[in-house]
Amino acid sequence: MNGRGGRTIKVDTLARVEGEGALYIKMAGDRVADVKLKVYEPPRMFEAFLRGRHFSEAPDITARICGICPIAYQMSAVHAIERALDVKIDPAVRLLRRLFYCGEWIESHALHVYMLHAPDFLGYADVIEMAQDHRAIVEKALRLKKIGNHLVQVLGGREIHPISAAVGGFHKTPAQAQLHDLVSDLEWALEASLETVRWAATLQFPKFEQEYEFVALRHPEEYPLNEGRLVSNHGLDIDASEYEDRFLEVHVKHSNALQSILRGKGSYLVGPLARFNLNFDRLPEVARKVATEAGLKPPVKNPFKSIVVRAVELVFACAEALRIIAVYEPPSAPRVPVANRAATGQAITEAPRGILYHRYSIDENGLIRTAKIVPPTSQNQKRIEDDLREYAAQLAAWPLEEATWKCEQAVRCYDPCISCATHFLKVVIERE
Amino acid sequence: MRSKTKTAAKPRIGVFKFASCDGCQLSLLDAEDELLAVVGAVEIAYFPEASRTMLKGPYDIGLVEGSITTHHDAERIQEVRRKCKKLITIGACATAGGIQALRNWKDVDEFVRVVYASPQFISTLKLSTPIAEHVPVDFELRGCPINKYQLIELITATLCGRKPNIPTYSVCMECKRKANVCIAVARGTACLGPVTQAGCGALCPGFDRGCYGCFGPMESPNTASLTNQFRVMGQSDPQIARAFRSFNAWAWQFRKASEECERP
Repeated sequence: MNGRGGRTIKVDTLARVEGEGALYIKMAGDRVADVKLKVYEPPRMFEAFLRGRHFSEAPDITARICGICPIAYQMSAVHAIERALDVKIDPAVRLLRRLFYCGEWIESHALHVYMLHAPDFLGYADVIEMAQDHRAIVEKALRLKKIGNHLVQVLGGREIHPISAAVGGFHKTPAQAQLHDLVSDLEWALEASLETVRWAATLQFPKFEQEYEFVALRHPEEYPLNEGRLVSNHGLDIDASEYEDRFLEVHVKHSNALQSILRGKGSYLVGPLARFNLNFDRLPEVARKVATEAGLKPPVKNPFKSIVVRAVELVFACAEALRIIAVYEPPSAPRVPVANRAATGQAITEAPRGILYHRYSIDENGLIRTAKIVPPTSQNQKRIEDDLREYAAQLAAWPLEEATWKCEQAVRCYDPCISCATHFLKVVIERE
Repeated sequence: MRSKTKTAAKPRIGVFKFASCDGCQLSLLDAEDELLAVVGAVEIAYFPEASRTMLKGPYDIGLVEGSITTHHDAERIQEVRRKCKKLITIGACATAGGIQALRNWKDVDEFVRVVYASPQFISTLKLSTPIAEHVPVDFELRGCPINKYQLIELITATLCGRKPNIPTYSVCMECKRKANVCIAVARGTACLGPVTQAGCGALCPGFDRGCYGCFGPMESPNTASLTNQFRVMGQSDPQIARAFRSFNAWAWQFRKASEECERP
């Protein structure tokens, strides 16, 4: 194909992403003239209809933003409201929330690594086709995912939109024995995750590295899930309450998702790569060791290697779940009482796809006056476009069909959740 | 790139998404023990969340997730209906308009201004409506989210040409069967169980909280009686209105119940 001529890379419905979006790349010769990641997922306007609801409803309502990572929404919601109302939770509840989040990470990362992302590397349209040639791998993936889902079920009743999270704690907390029943499965999952890292490291990665500003939570001792300061490799170090001073949501015409930028700077990257690069020293030894053996050394700057990093985070989530279960003792009460009061609070937690910011202002009756939610995919959206601007230029001489598939893959590296950011993915490469 | 082998004998399934959270279609991928058997029995012809192979219709079964909230989607559902022999809607968004139907009582233009800096870029309808308000639907599978075992039962029944075994009685039946102590009676907790369709397995009472209505109204809900009971328990009318007005707010029985609580 003539690399000099103009062309359009166009994917009208991006597959194997959560939600609906399209990708449109306009090429003029080797030069990329325009890149648009279009989110045509219809707006659902949660921030508007949360107004007038009681704060206790926020975890159940915001979970419905995303069926893939409902716990992330529940956690950011309860933490923001607890910060607003100055609620101190029981340390055992804090541990349980971390365990709950581990379940979601296992389920979500297993889904993405094997069922959404791996088919790109192995040359299949989907996991179903992949299962015909790699049945053992797919069966392992399904079992791993099921163990994550089962952990969520035990703590939250069901895997999608679990029902136990509450401001102040949980509606009900599990008995020790219920958690101990999960141990043998989680031990298997830890082994399977270690194998996943070793397997993912053998995949072929395009040579593509970028200078990113990585943004993730950082906690004094732990690999980040529910708490920490927001930091970057370029010196950012803030509390959640300062988030809106430093980040800005921009509304671009081609998308129903708002794009988030660092004020005065531009795009940045959130998610597994950012967490890994900024918190490598906080990973448990088993995860650090396997990452090093797999050749990962922070900073990892190739987005295609996110599949290996996600696998390392699977190791972390399984090891962390086992650690928590070993020390868990039920709290004296499932939750502390929370009284109505006028206040404002913000929180950031680490959804599987990256940081998720919530802010609520509450009135004296406990009703929400204003809400603001910035999901991870809104934050990565501009960075995905910036990656594609570089990557599509490298592919200028490739046949259009292959270039299109490669660009789709570049988008899928981010595990974009367009349901969150409003929600799907289509790719168009236009060559003039 | 490999192309999907054409297996004409297998029934073809398409999965279509409108305004929703993706959770109900994820239920299919969450059926870890059944997934490989299901995909062995059918051809997944269109399921963008799972595959980049997107085959043209017609489809034997169309599974539709999400509600109609834009002009474009109002047209797209007509096209989807034309391509599907059986059309099944899955989840509260598709069967009742979803949580986004809360806009139906408000000024949607004001909503857009609250969320978006440039409201002129956003095209949206005033109402979020269920699929059945736009096209004939062969079966509505309730839930926010749906129950994956009910989904597999429904697909199996549809393929066999029999009636699916999906009860329309209330959550109370499931609660009794699990031998839960009734939290409304024993603790005075407000619970929508008596008016909500079964399907979740009476999860919330098992977690010491009242049912909040994920599966929408049961076949013959006495919402007026439950409203009175809630008042006796000390709930205010705005609280009761909010209880009926969540994920199935636009289902007519719940809609009527919430509006009655707002009457001066």
